[in-house]
Amino acid sequence: MNVVIVGCGRVGSTLAMLLDEEGHQVTVVDTDKAAFKHLPDGYRGITYLGNGADHDVLRRIGLDQADWFLALTEGDNRNLMSAQIAKEIFGVKRVIAKVNDPIRADIYRGKGIQTVSRTTILAVLLRAMLREEGEVGEVLIQRTLEFEQRLSGQYKPNPRWVTAKR
Amino acid sequence: MYVVVAGGGEVGYHLAKALIEAGHEVMVIESDRRRAAWIEEQLGSVVLNAPADEGRYQLEAGCQRADAVLAVTGEDARNLVICQLARYNCGPHGRVIARVNDPKNEIVFKTLGIQETVSSTRVLMNVIEQELPTGGFLPLMPLTGSHLEIIETEIQPGSPAHGEPVRGLKLPEGALIGGIVRGGKLLSGAGEAVLEKGDRVIVLAPTDAESEVRAALYG
Repeated sequence: MNVVIVGCGRVGSTLAMLLDEEGHQVTVVDTDKAAFKHLPDGYRGITYLGNGADHDVLRRIGLDQADWFLALTEGDNRNLMSAQIAKEIFGVKRVIAKVNDPIRADIYRGKGIQTVSRTTILAVLLRAMLREEGEVGEVLIQRTLEFEQRLSGQYKPNPRWVTAKR
Repeated sequence: MYVVVAGGGEVGYHLAKALIEAGHEVMVIESDRRRAAWIEEQLGSVVLNAPADEGRYQLEAGCQRADAVLAVTGEDARNLVICQLARYNCGPHGRVIARVNDPKNEIVFKTLGIQETVSSTRVLMNVIEQELPTGGFLPLMPLTGSHLEIIETEIQPGSPAHGEPVRGLKLPEGALIGGIVRGGKLLSGAGEAVLEKGDRVIVLAPTDAESEVRAALYG
């Protein structure tokens, strides 16, 4: 699949890496060049420096050819704007936006935009863990653990990061 | 009228002030606590200190009964969401108007269901272009709630309309001449008049026929 991800934060970069590993054609857009440092060294996809809520930027990266579009920046409004541009103007079939305000998310689901909210996903999952309702999050937790273990196995400290932090 | 102003920046504050002075009832929604307090000091209790892009605060500000909701923050994406939520929260007669900073977002907003937009960039561009000595062909503004726009053309020597009687102009279907300005005055008996250099022709035309209007009057 041809995938466009707007926002190269922790979530965006992790998803880009997973999809890239699976062999999808991935393009990540972010306004901040430093954000691309979140991507692992082996990432083979495209990075594009620009505003993902800008119609011209999305046209330039060939959004009309994309199958999936994900808006994962830290701003709910930016995510909703770029997701709607992808859906309504470029006709992308599968559009998902990260919207942390649950009420806003509900309204936009009615417009054909799938939304995920860290707020509600985490809250529901945590309640299930406390109630020991294993079935609610079992698969999710299991996959997360596998992934995190794989990541920490791969992790080699990069001297650049060590110097950059201090 | 009851007007909800979303965003209490420079534009929002002066807009609210002008509306109050004109006798309207106003509510400003401003998320920054200090800015909200400052506006309240200046204008009285007409401020709701809350984010305007959350539906429940729009309801708290009384969007249901508002005659207009104006989204005037400095960020286009926020104004879009404010307007879309307001469309959802407002009554059927409430107007929803967005300030657009990047002029090309006007089309984006329209595609996404927000018909009424104001782009300060484009307004300023129009003013500047109107002042240019060469005159020319100038789409002035779109007409709300229609696919029409107002166009102003200054007749130049060598343009197809120069020396032609107004009746003989080959305007596209649906286009209408609103008036001809010659020497700062509206020309009377315009149908028979022959167009001269420097005449300014105001045309009302369907937006998609703009290029045909240009071809007929300006070349």
